[in-house]
Amino acid sequence: MSTEVSEKGSSQDREVTREKMDEVVIRFAGDSGDGMQLTGGQFTATSALLGNDLATLPDYPAEIRAPAGSLPGVSAFQVRIADYDIHTPGDAPDVLIAMNPAALKKSLVDLKPNGIIIANTDEFNDRNLKKAAYDQNPLEDGSLEGFRVYSADITTMTRRTLEDSGLDVKTQDRCKNFFALGMIYWLFNRPLETTSEWLQQKFKNRPEIADANIKVMKAGYNFCDITEVFQVRYEVEPAPLEPGTYRNIMGNTAVALGLVAASRRSGLPLFLGSYPITPASDILHDMSRFKNYGVITYQAEDEIAAVCAAIGASFGGSLAVTTTSGPGLALKSEAINLAVMVELPMIIVNVQRGGPSTGLPTKTEQSDLLQAMYGRNGDSPLPVLAAASPADCFNGALEAARIATRHMVPVMLLSDGYIANGSEPWRLPRVEDLPDLQTDFWSDPETFEPFLRDPDTLARPWAIPGTPGLEHRIGGLEKEDVSGNVSYDPLNHEKMTEYRMDKVARIADDIPELEVTGDQTGDLLVLGWGSTLGAITGAVKAARRDGLKVGQAHLRYINPFPKNLEEVLSRFEQVLVPEMNTGQMAFLLQGRFLKPIISYTKVQGKPFFRPEIYYKIKEILEP
Amino acid sequence: MTSNTEIPVLKKKDFQSDQEVRWCPGCGDYAILSAVQSVLPELGIPKEKFVVVSGIGCSSRFPYYMDTFGFHSIHGRAPAIATGIKVARPDLEVWIATGDGDAMSIGGNHLIHTLRRNVGVKIVMFNNRIYGLTKGQYSPTSELGKRTKSTPFGSVDNPFNPLSLAIGSGATFVARSVDIFVKHLQETLRRAAAHDGAAYVEVYQNCNIFNDGAFRYMTEKDSRDDNVVYLEHGKPLVFGKKGNKGIRLSGTRLEVIELVGHLGPENCLVWDEDEPNPAIAFMLAQMGPPDFPTPVGVFRAVEAPRYHEGVSRQIEEQIETRGQGSLEDLIYSGELWTVGEGGKITGGRS
Repeated sequence: MSTEVSEKGSSQDREVTREKMDEVVIRFAGDSGDGMQLTGGQFTATSALLGNDLATLPDYPAEIRAPAGSLPGVSAFQVRIADYDIHTPGDAPDVLIAMNPAALKKSLVDLKPNGIIIANTDEFNDRNLKKAAYDQNPLEDGSLEGFRVYSADITTMTRRTLEDSGLDVKTQDRCKNFFALGMIYWLFNRPLETTSEWLQQKFKNRPEIADANIKVMKAGYNFCDITEVFQVRYEVEPAPLEPGTYRNIMGNTAVALGLVAASRRSGLPLFLGSYPITPASDILHDMSRFKNYGVITYQAEDEIAAVCAAIGASFGGSLAVTTTSGPGLALKSEAINLAVMVELPMIIVNVQRGGPSTGLPTKTEQSDLLQAMYGRNGDSPLPVLAAASPADCFNGALEAARIATRHMVPVMLLSDGYIANGSEPWRLPRVEDLPDLQTDFWSDPETFEPFLRDPDTLARPWAIPGTPGLEHRIGGLEKEDVSGNVSYDPLNHEKMTEYRMDKVARIADDIPELEVTGDQTGDLLVLGWGSTLGAITGAVKAARRDGLKVGQAHLRYINPFPKNLEEVLSRFEQVLVPEMNTGQMAFLLQGRFLKPIISYTKVQGKPFFRPEIYYKIKEILEP
Repeated sequence: MTSNTEIPVLKKKDFQSDQEVRWCPGCGDYAILSAVQSVLPELGIPKEKFVVVSGIGCSSRFPYYMDTFGFHSIHGRAPAIATGIKVARPDLEVWIATGDGDAMSIGGNHLIHTLRRNVGVKIVMFNNRIYGLTKGQYSPTSELGKRTKSTPFGSVDNPFNPLSLAIGSGATFVARSVDIFVKHLQETLRRAAAHDGAAYVEVYQNCNIFNDGAFRYMTEKDSRDDNVVYLEHGKPLVFGKKGNKGIRLSGTRLEVIELVGHLGPENCLVWDEDEPNPAIAFMLAQMGPPDFPTPVGVFRAVEAPRYHEGVSRQIEEQIETRGQGSLEDLIYSGELWTVGEGGKITGGRS
């Protein structure tokens, strides 16, 4: 955080220094029942309306309510706001709000030197210290030297604020996150209106709760204003964003909106078959609310039924979707293969999480790449796309729908926990600028053959039940070319296998070429895919400022690869592929292009940070 | 349903596809295919509205032989695929052909959930108590002690009762027939076709290769009448060659009585297929040899909300109350801000 003292302002009767910062990273950390996601979300919404560029990263436990005060129970929300274009939610926080000792302990390792700690001292009691495995109170034993610690009796002050409210103590205590939020609003000089209005709307049927939270938030704000807790207030100016209308969006919501957009632009009714699974469930939740868009959401008895129902709906003429995460994708693989075989369009959204098996349900990873590519029996190709940021999930969903319907093929869209739950400002597209996905079903019985292919795309006709004269059978058994009758003929099987491969390969003619940013030729290409975009972009920029000859390219299309990928690879001496797995994309690239790849991997359930990639680039180019 | 006047009169042959039927000679599946092909043309529904879905197994080849829209899917999943079709397209008539392995074993979960949801699909479950397509392993309906390739010393695997399972799942239409009971099978299928919710029909089907004669006790001329009792709504449960036996409810048990002396049909249980309480239907589903005859007919036919209609209704209601959603409004929702030329920021849309 670079700061400059800009002015001396007065707050109430005292002198307060104002410092300008180009960016700040704040982490709200507390118990999973403390409302940290909500608090962080409110700070984000307020900052967005002030015009900051921003990125968020929630980090919450798999257990809904792990034991209160325990280390596994810590829930955190990190937000980075800046006065310039940023790509990631930040690496190390400048400010940590620690609602209890466990929250402090878990986040302290990440905090920047001289960072600010705001601690709720009320919770630093013997019991909670023991739960966080502290022998001594870190607020008192000098171990936090090197940080700027601000202690406040947040719980006590919250109760005092609400002592006349008529609310019971438990309900009062639930408001304490808003005291902390009020403090942060003061510290960063933000208005309280956005959150006040939000509370009034959210609790419109329980105005006493809205009032209590607003009162507590104001109390937190005033506490900082009146007392001399902080000597400095910070300012982060608006970022020069491109003109347009914006909203802050999470990846999962962007997928849901992209699918509805695809439905509208294609004229196809939208059908989602899904089974709840972290971190994909929010797509189901969002789409369940879109009933007046004609969206059918079907929460099936299991992952298999969810994808099978989608296949049935696709046969019936819907834009069919199934959403899941790794373990669910494993269960769906037989049915996805059926969709490959019967050549029906479908979108499979896989929001990746840490694996194998149940793995790390709430943590991010990119380790389903090979599963997406190859996790089916037989030679079974399907297109694979990967969204690169929360807002890019909207484009990913639209593009998956376009390819699926145009090429009559199930398409896998990869997202991950990081961008699914993370957010960023999204410059909203104009509806009329969205691609036209108009899709027509086959209707002419005279010329109909179930497996007569389009000469360009090799797509077979989409012939839906209810169309007179098109009665036909499809299924998982190998079909004869053109007629679609069951066929065990060896040469026919080879021909059909090649058609299925070629059909997917030809999609390369229908997607954009890979673009390189930074140096177009040179010593090193940093090639990423999926949610690593932000960290790579920041790292490459920094490396180029150091004078290094580095180019950057990002794969949104993984199967097929963009047509010019081999040529792009050939322009650089070396290629670095950072990914959140043990080197799956590097493996694909080396197998395909016989070019050595420097694989840089991270499987810690956390996204890459810019410095990690930056130092890797330095290590390669300046050994 | 569309009006009947526009529909050409359909015949059995209209439902026969050009594919060569490839079940073993003598297989009970032929009779079931014939029965379905006889019944569907009678229903007054355009042929293109029918979709036949199946899973894996001998019975699941069924769609290839029907000249309708068809989907031969994967093992056990036909009810899940059919549910997707029916929910997305309530205008279609969706039939499922499945077997005891497909429906009761690998696909058990989808079966029970389809039945409890009461999705308007017709499920015809061919029960031959054996795995035929994989060449003769015991199935979840094979009796204890059965010697097969995978149970050379006899099965120790307690079987399912398919109708008890269906009734327990909350099925609204449950029936049983037998492959060679031509008229009875057709009538049972007609009843299933007329039911708006999920209809479940178990058909005893002879596998003459791997489990020949499994139902001989009830199909042979000389033993049939003593071993089969026909469930007919409003009629007493009377059976036997000379109609000389009946089923009576005695306390909490069913018993067979000889209709002699002062005992007559008026002493027998009068069958009530639309009784809301499924308890007696469940008891009848459990009934069978050696002490009882095997019931065939409709065990249960009740009305209940249908899932696919609930889904459609909710969408209609939401469109009515909130208006047809506009994509513009959906994208431009939530907290919006506008960055103008020169970076000026205002709340809301430009």
